[in-house]
This record gives sequence, C-alpha cells and structure tokens, in this order.
Amino acid sequence: MTVQKRILTRTVVLATGAALAVSLAGCAPGGNTGAAGGAGAGAGDSSSTAAAANPWFDQAQFDTEDTQRTASFEGDPSQPYLQYLKGDMVDASAYKLDRAGKVCFSNAALSNTWRQTGWITMNQQLQVLKDQGVISQLETRNAQDSDDTQVADIDYFISEGDCDGYIIAPNSPQATASAVQRACDTGKPVVIFDRGAGTDCETSFVHSVGGMAWGMDSAGFIAGKVGDGAHVVALRTAPGVDVFEQRWAAAQHVFDDAGIQVTDYITGADPSKIKSTITDEIAKGKVDAVWVDLGDQAVPAIEAFEDAGVDIPIVTGEDNLAYLRAWKDTGIDGFASVYSAYQWRTALIAMGDLFQGTDIPKDWVLPQIPVTGDELDAVLKTNDGMPDGQYASFGGEDLPGFPQVWQDRVMP
Amino acid sequence: MTATITTGPGNNNGNNGNGNGTNATPTRGDAVPRYTGRRSPLAQRFRRGIVTPGGAVFVLLALLLAALFALNPQLAGEGQFTRFIGRTAPIAIVALGQYFVILSGELDLSMGAVISAQVVLAGNLIGQDAGMILPVLALMILVALVVGLVNGLIVTFLRVPSFIATLGTALVISGLTFYSTGGAPSGNPTDAFRAIGRSGIDGIPVLGFLPFSVIVLAVLIVLAVLLVRSPFGRMLAAAGDNSRATALTGASVAFLRIRAFAISAIASTVAAVLLIGYAGVSPVVGQGYEFTAITAVVLGGVALSGGRGWVLSAVAGAFVLEVLFSLLDFAGVASTWRPAVQGAIILVALGVPLIRWARLRTIVPRRAPQGGAAHHTGTGSVAGRRKG
Repeated sequence: MTVQKRILTRTVVLATGAALAVSLAGCAPGGNTGAAGGAGAGAGDSSSTAAAANPWFDQAQFDTEDTQRTASFEGDPSQPYLQYLKGDMVDASAYKLDRAGKVCFSNAALSNTWRQTGWITMNQQLQVLKDQGVISQLETRNAQDSDDTQVADIDYFISEGDCDGYIIAPNSPQATASAVQRACDTGKPVVIFDRGAGTDCETSFVHSVGGMAWGMDSAGFIAGKVGDGAHVVALRTAPGVDVFEQRWAAAQHVFDDAGIQVTDYITGADPSKIKSTITDEIAKGKVDAVWVDLGDQAVPAIEAFEDAGVDIPIVTGEDNLAYLRAWKDTGIDGFASVYSAYQWRTALIAMGDLFQGTDIPKDWVLPQIPVTGDELDAVLKTNDGMPDGQYASFGGEDLPGFPQVWQDRVMP
Repeated sequence: MTATITTGPGNNNGNNGNGNGTNATPTRGDAVPRYTGRRSPLAQRFRRGIVTPGGAVFVLLALLLAALFALNPQLAGEGQFTRFIGRTAPIAIVALGQYFVILSGELDLSMGAVISAQVVLAGNLIGQDAGMILPVLALMILVALVVGLVNGLIVTFLRVPSFIATLGTALVISGLTFYSTGGAPSGNPTDAFRAIGRSGIDGIPVLGFLPFSVIVLAVLIVLAVLLVRSPFGRMLAAAGDNSRATALTGASVAFLRIRAFAISAIASTVAAVLLIGYAGVSPVVGQGYEFTAITAVVLGGVALSGGRGWVLSAVAGAFVLEVLFSLLDFAGVASTWRPAVQGAIILVALGVPLIRWARLRTIVPRRAPQGGAAHHTGTGSVAGRRKG
C-alpha cells in the first residue's frame, strides 16, 4: 500500500510537471512542430539562418503581397471596401435573381475584436441591402473556431436547400476545403473571405492584401527608422497559427535584409508575460524597437517601458483603438499595420452584386493601408467614443447607425 | 496513527513552532517517545529542515537568484528587486491559495478561470468610473465566495474528485466569461483601480520603490502563516493527512475543505486585482495559473496527497518559477525551445529531491516494531485514507 501510494504521488507530481510544460507551451494551439523544429536550429537569438529556415516563408507570396500593398487600386479611394485590383472578372449573369436572395453565412468565429468589429459592419451593410431588396435574409452559423463545427455548418446549409448563395469565412483553409467544394457543387454562388478555402471552386475570394504585407509594413517602418545592427524585440502571439506565422515570416525577412538583430518571444498575447519579458529586455540592454504580430500586444509593451521609467522606443501595433490611443497618449513613434476589417462588408456586397447580375472580381483584393503618424489624429477623431476593441479599418463611416452602433458595440 | 498527524523535526514540515513539535528523540529504552515540550536547537532544526524538499526549495531559490543577479546586475539597482518581487506577487498569492487546498488533500484547477473571470468582470463593470471600485470589489469577493462554496460542496457532498470537479467549474466559469464578452472584454478600467497592481510608494530609503503588490503579498503571507498555525490550519492538515481519523475526532472535514476552496478563490481574486493593474484586462490573463501554482506548491515540498508541507516553501516555489522564467529571458534561449527547457528544468527540480527522499526512506527500517520517530515519513495510515 505504502509503495503504491508513493508511486501514485510521484506520478501525480510528474504529471503536474508535464502538464505545466504543456500549459507553458499552451500558447501554441495546433502546435505546428514543423515551424518549431525549423527555427530551433540552436539556442540564442534568432539569426539570419533561422529566418532562412522558417518554413512559413514563401518568397513568391512575399513578392506578390509586396507588389500589391503599394499597387494602385481600381475604384474610389473614399470607398476602399469597393476597390479592387485589375484582374479576371466573374460573369454574374448565371447568378442573377429577379427577387431578393437568401444568403447563408458560415463564420469561423467571433472570438476576437477584429472579427467582432467586422461582424457589426457586415450587419449594418445587410440593412442597406435589405432595404434595397437585394438580400432577403442572412442566416449565420458561428463555428466558434472549430473546423469540425464549420464543416457541419456548411453541410447543414446545403441540406437545408434554400440558400441562394453561400458566404464562408474559413476557419482553416485545408480543413474546410471539402465542405466548400460541396457548397460549390450546388451551383449557387460561393463567396469566400478573410482566409483562403484551400480550393479554387469559389465564385469569388474577397480579402485584403494579406498577412505577409502586414508584417512587411510594420517591419519596414522599423527598418527605415533604426540603423544597421539595431536590436528589435519581436512579440509573437502563437507559433503554428498561419495568420501570425505569415506576419512573422515576412517581418523576419525584412529585419534580416536590414541587418537588424531580433530577439523573438512567444507570449500567448498574455499581457503579464509581455510586461515581464519587456522588463527583462530593458534590463538586458538596448531595445531600439518592439515589433508585434497582434495589436493587443503593443499596449502592455508600452506600459513596461513607462513603468521602468525609461524612454519608450518605437512600438508598432495594429489599427485597434487601444493601441492608437496609447500611441497618441505617450507620443511614441508608432505605426499600425492593418488587415482591413471592412472586407466583412465587401463579402456581402459581392453576393448582392451577383444577385443583381453585376460582374465582380474573381480574386477581389482590397487595399490594406497602414495608419501612420500623419493620419493618427484624423483616425482618432473618426473613432471618437468607440471602445478600445474597435478597429480603424471598420469601414462603416457611410453606413446607417454610424457612429452609435460601433460605439455601443452590441453583437448582432 | 498519531505519528502521522504530529509533525516531527525529521519530517519535511518546517513549521513546528506551535509547541506540538514532538521532539521525539527517543531515549534508548523508552518504547514510546515522550513529549518534552522543548524545541530542539535552532541550528539542528535548520540542518534537518534544509535537506527536506520544503527546505531545499530555499537553497534552489538562492542559487537561481544568484544566477539571475550575475546575468542581470541591474537587478541590484534601486527599486529593481522590489519590482521583481512585485511581478511575482500574483503567482505567489495564487500558490498561497492553492497551498491550502492541497494541504486539505484536494486540488483546485479553477483558479486560472476565476482570475480571468474576475479580470473581465472588473474591466467591464468599473470602466472609467472610480466610484465603482468599491462596489465592484465587494462583488468580486462575493463571486469568489460563491465559487469556493460551489467547489467545496461538489467535492465534499457530491464526492466528485476535486481534480474533475474544479475542472468542471473552471469550464463553466470560463464559458460564462466567454459568453458575456464574446471573447473580448471592453478595455482597461480606470487608472485609479489599476494603481493597486501597477504603482507603489516611491522614495523609500534602501528599497527605493515599493510596489503595492509587494505589500499585499507580505500581508497575505503573514495571514497565511497565522492561519496555518491556527486550529483551523491544524485541522485542515489533519484532514488532508487522514480525513477519516479527523472526522472521528468530531471535526467537520467537509466544512474544513469548503473553507480551503473559499480561501483559494479569494486568493485568485486578489491576484486578479493585481494582474489588472500590472498587465491590464485581457481574457488571456490568468490562463495556466492553476498549474503554475500547483507546480510552485509541489516545488515547495508540499505533499500533493495532502497533510504535509510548509506554506512559506510554497511561496518560495512560486519565486523559483518566476526567477527561472526570467533567467531564460536573460540566457537568450530561443523562443521555440523555451517551453521544453522550462518543462525539463521543472521536472528535474521536482524529481531530484524526490529520488533522494525515496532513497532515504528505503534506508529507514520499514517495519519498526512501534510507530516511533524513525517511521514518521508521513506514509502511514494508508487504510481509511479515502477522502470525504
């Protein structure tokens, strides 16, 4: 008995230790081991060899997004949600309806502030299209970040049989590909937005330039400000998640080209971890800039410098109001990368155009214009009274309900 | 039976200052050690204590701190070390709370979820209105008491193992948090509230800067030590060591454990208040704290099966973890390697004293004719060790 109990106790101890190790790694949902193995060539700071080995880096994609982020877009710049890059168009005559159509929307999740902001804008756009008699109803199913749930949601819509068109915001490109294919097979229009669908059967793919452009923009800003041999701290939300890995892979490439030394940390976007990490980095020595892969991470980083009583260097962020306000309040040298939240609105407009027989771009690339110091004041004025979770690229300035609906921020 | 409840100097339980230290140095010829009421000399107690897991954690902490000071000389600068203690305060407080539950023979896996929920609650309800601070603090304490009560009732009356019961309440709590915020809370509360975890008193001689969180931690440590030495603390340890024997003395084991769960929920709430200040509102704050706290407590030599262990060692365990994490920052371990390195170091730190301990035990004669001092490694009284 005694021996058994002792073994039991020790087993539990080991299990707890193991559980802790796992929970420490827990910021890695999905935990893509390929990425970890590739970059872990040795201890020490990330160097150019690590960048070259980053399996998420795709030179062709990098070059495409590099061209697109500065390209000139078709359409009126005051309506960026309608702008597009010149390319193949979809012949809409096959999808024209002589009545208002019912749209079925399979949404990956509403679990972050960017998605919530886009969802509010999409619903205000829906009011307009309903009033115009273009769309009769938007039936939505939220997959809550689960591939399995999303596949079931799409199949549910197909079996229900009364959808005039499908909008799908895929949770992960590969996992939902087969379900998207089944939706295509119904012959009804399928509009994908945000992440790709891992298939090209869709009628149109609506997205802003992309994650690599996001990383290039802010890393390029830093590289343009600090000199060769400068030291940058990179805060990464999670390994193995495509959105973050693409931003990081592009930024790493830019930093390497500029001869900047980078120390990267995986933080799980936990503000207390970020603060401790930055505090340690301040004690370690010179920090010329902090690069983040998610806007939420920038504010705790700024606070860490404030609390340590040292000058705040460049801290980049995203166009969420929490960061933009901290940027303004502290007067730092800031820069906000953008992944345009108005694409939620564009997806619905694309479907409405198809119902009306208006041709739309096959690959509908929306502009992705970062917020720089010059525009900061104007952007903050537009978003006055909006909560911290609001995104400057929400794109609803000309929709009914502005600004009240975004200020109240009640999820539809 | 008695040998397991009393705590002797050879045991890993360093806190035998309450007068029940059966310093049973058995005189030859005496079949039963006699209670003398005297403590053994301090030096002797120190020598014996330091080789137990509960004492060794202080040696480990001293070594790690020395390494940290070597790698980061700035830590000796004015106010720097108190800031470091300040940032460790939340996890140390969570470890304090977890200590009481573990001492009672249970586990609380709901602490991280309670922290996240309280952080979001405070962020959403206080907002920019400083007048809301006190009412919301009262509400947070009420929420903590309810969570503690529910955890305790499920474990004691429904007899669900605490491992599962608190995992269940953790899911319910984080589910409710997620539901009420949609996964993204509204933003940071007023700076007046955040000051508790973010500011401190400046211009103190020698220390320089004293964060409020250090004061909170110090007060809670004193309270915890007093609580452990109170009759409640003694009975709690007894319940954790042998719940049936404790019940037979007439104590309500259920009520003891319910109070332990309430203490841990309150500790989570205090940690949440400090974290809102230190870090700001985010649904991620607090995630994984329950396992970090359990690891801290176990590093502190507290028996996971309950009944044994020193509260200060649990706090030292929390500091060991924070120093370790900071050391990895300074050592420049690549981010992708860090989780594995952290895990490995913790496993070694946990495992080495246990291996040593196990070897010591095998030397001690296992079948002593009387349950004397030579036998009190706390493993007796296996029969009737069912919880509840």
